[in-house]
Amino acid sequence: MKPKKLPGYLSPAEHGWFYLFRFYGIVVLFFLVVPLLVIIPLSFNATPYFTFTKGMLELQPSAYSLQWYANFFTDPQWLLALKNSFIVAPVATLIATVLGTLAALGLTRPGMPFKTLITSLLVLPMIVPLIITATALFFYFSYLHIVDSYVGVIIAHAILGTPFVVITVTATLEGLSPQYYRAALSLGASPRTAFFKVVMPLVLPGIISGALFAFMTSFDEVVIVLFIAGPDQKTLPLQMWTNLRYTIDPTILAVASLILLLAVVLLGSLELFRRRSEKIRGVSG
Amino acid sequence: MCADVTAATGGPAEAGSSSLKARLRKAEAKKRRGAFMLTLPLLIFVTVMFLVPLVGMIWLSVANTTIPEYMPKTVSALSTWDGKELPPEKAYAAVAEDLQAAFKVRKFGVIAKNLNEQMPGTLGLINKTSFRTGRLKTAPANWKDELTKIDKKWGEMPIWTLLKRQSASWTPDYYLAAVDMERGPDGSIQAVPPYQRIYVKLFIRTAWMSTLITVLTLLLGYPLAYWISRMPDNKANLMMIAVLLPFWTSLLVRITSWIVLLQSHGVVNSILVGSGAVSDANRPQLINNELGTIIVMTQVLLPFMVLPLYSTMKSIPDSYMRAAISMGAHPWRAFWRVFAPLTVSGIGAGVLLVFILSIGYYITPELVGGQSGQFISNRIAYNVQQSLNWGLAAALGTILTAVTLILFLLYGMITGKGKVTIG
Repeated sequence: MKPKKLPGYLSPAEHGWFYLFRFYGIVVLFFLVVPLLVIIPLSFNATPYFTFTKGMLELQPSAYSLQWYANFFTDPQWLLALKNSFIVAPVATLIATVLGTLAALGLTRPGMPFKTLITSLLVLPMIVPLIITATALFFYFSYLHIVDSYVGVIIAHAILGTPFVVITVTATLEGLSPQYYRAALSLGASPRTAFFKVVMPLVLPGIISGALFAFMTSFDEVVIVLFIAGPDQKTLPLQMWTNLRYTIDPTILAVASLILLLAVVLLGSLELFRRRSEKIRGVSG
Repeated sequence: MCADVTAATGGPAEAGSSSLKARLRKAEAKKRRGAFMLTLPLLIFVTVMFLVPLVGMIWLSVANTTIPEYMPKTVSALSTWDGKELPPEKAYAAVAEDLQAAFKVRKFGVIAKNLNEQMPGTLGLINKTSFRTGRLKTAPANWKDELTKIDKKWGEMPIWTLLKRQSASWTPDYYLAAVDMERGPDGSIQAVPPYQRIYVKLFIRTAWMSTLITVLTLLLGYPLAYWISRMPDNKANLMMIAVLLPFWTSLLVRITSWIVLLQSHGVVNSILVGSGAVSDANRPQLINNELGTIIVMTQVLLPFMVLPLYSTMKSIPDSYMRAAISMGAHPWRAFWRVFAPLTVSGIGAGVLLVFILSIGYYITPELVGGQSGQFISNRIAYNVQQSLNWGLAAALGTILTAVTLILFLLYGMITGKGKVTIG
């Protein structure tokens, strides 16, 4: 921390306040971030406990091991969960992205009827508490006999993901000047060409960030899976839940570290897309 | 097409302008239709797979199908009964015939269970009556005498009052149960015995703990948001990534790390013991209780507080405060009178958002809350999965949904035009 230069007219008490305030901010940031980082060293624990051993604190190589990572990639239960997550999340994301993007295109067109009402209906799945969605879908899917099926889980996750796509794509489209489309038309492009060659590349970053939101939602969702998935459809979060509830072992720390890594990568790419989209639209400042 | 022809043939000016209007209207209608058609697939998907289930849940919370379905004759026989004295022979015959029919298809247990939930002890009465009437070869001359002979309860009022009440195809009973009320033997509404009263307490606890968590996130988030909002852009972006990282990390990953930190032999306790602050024998219980829920949920929900606060503060120029100070206000006074009032909308948005999210939380209280840190959602899950009282779960769920939606309308009014944004 390099000391920031404070204006000379401030009194010592004001200096004190400034540093106290900054200290408080740093403490809160620590409270947000540090709990996440603790799990990374612990995931290399050589013993099956959730605590730092004496050897780990003394940095002895023998106190560290990759066994929990190895366990994750060999245990059939964890592998099944991993496989299911990579089946459910992409399919649900695809459905959510296609339907959500179409809806956003409609919602931002001039003359869209009942715009506010329809928008509120479409974002409702994001507002209603997950436990309610899970309960309602459980009753409904029991009635339709699609409890304990991939179809049910995928539908539920697609529903959860659509509001994110609708919101991000709508926001991107609203920030997009209609002049681009009109310019393309005036230069002789057909509406189809104008849409796919001009509008689409401009909103693509919005669509991708919406899709990423939808993917992360599905990849992280446990309440609905808990209610409507059978043992064959268990996803990564559900396996983590089971592990936390019943057979606690550090494999979950290895999984958590890997997911954290994935989140960092996704967050990084999202930030890149945001910057790129701003650059394309010329609003970067 | 028609309009085209008129325009081309150059009719009178009057007709030309009206046909232009018609064409415009047509084009407008086509545009509207086109826009609506694009939203239609998602609208159908959300309606069929989300709104219908939600309405289904609300229906389940008031539905009372068992008696109308399995005792149709009784329902119609009792429809004209005034409930003042014992019903006529016709009703006795109807009950006997319904129970005989139910006995044949082995469904009398469903009737017995349904009635027994309302009036303990009815299970035996219905089972006994079903068996005895079901085995009769011929119908007796007088069903009233026959049933009273099987059980003298048929000659008393309570069972008839209950049957009459359960004949209605909807019932407020699940809502009564959700607020710790029940119906007495005579049908009047009364509070359940004290040891059974859990839901009102749980609603209050959910609201109180959510309030506490909201206040904590505000106390932690406000200074942080202020600090970040006064930084140069590139530094502020970096800080916001730090704020957003937990927001992006799996909830279960965050809970895992808190368990690692807070458990009795966890990192925090080891530091406390290691530094001599507490003795090894008196490790404080930081998790699996109210405290655990509060600590973890405060951290989990903090980003939702920081985001709206940050975006509000970002739009307040530094010069406002400087102007106030230059005109002689103490920095504190400048903050309270100039800066803070400008952030009220951000505070309102953040507070409502955190509170709304908090009252619906299920996973966190379930994993780190132990017994004393449970929320109403945990009880909903319990009624769905373990006690299988779906009507009650649906009633609790409907109440929670209503509260959430009302608060969200408020949120929409604060943030303007019901717009929802992420980040």
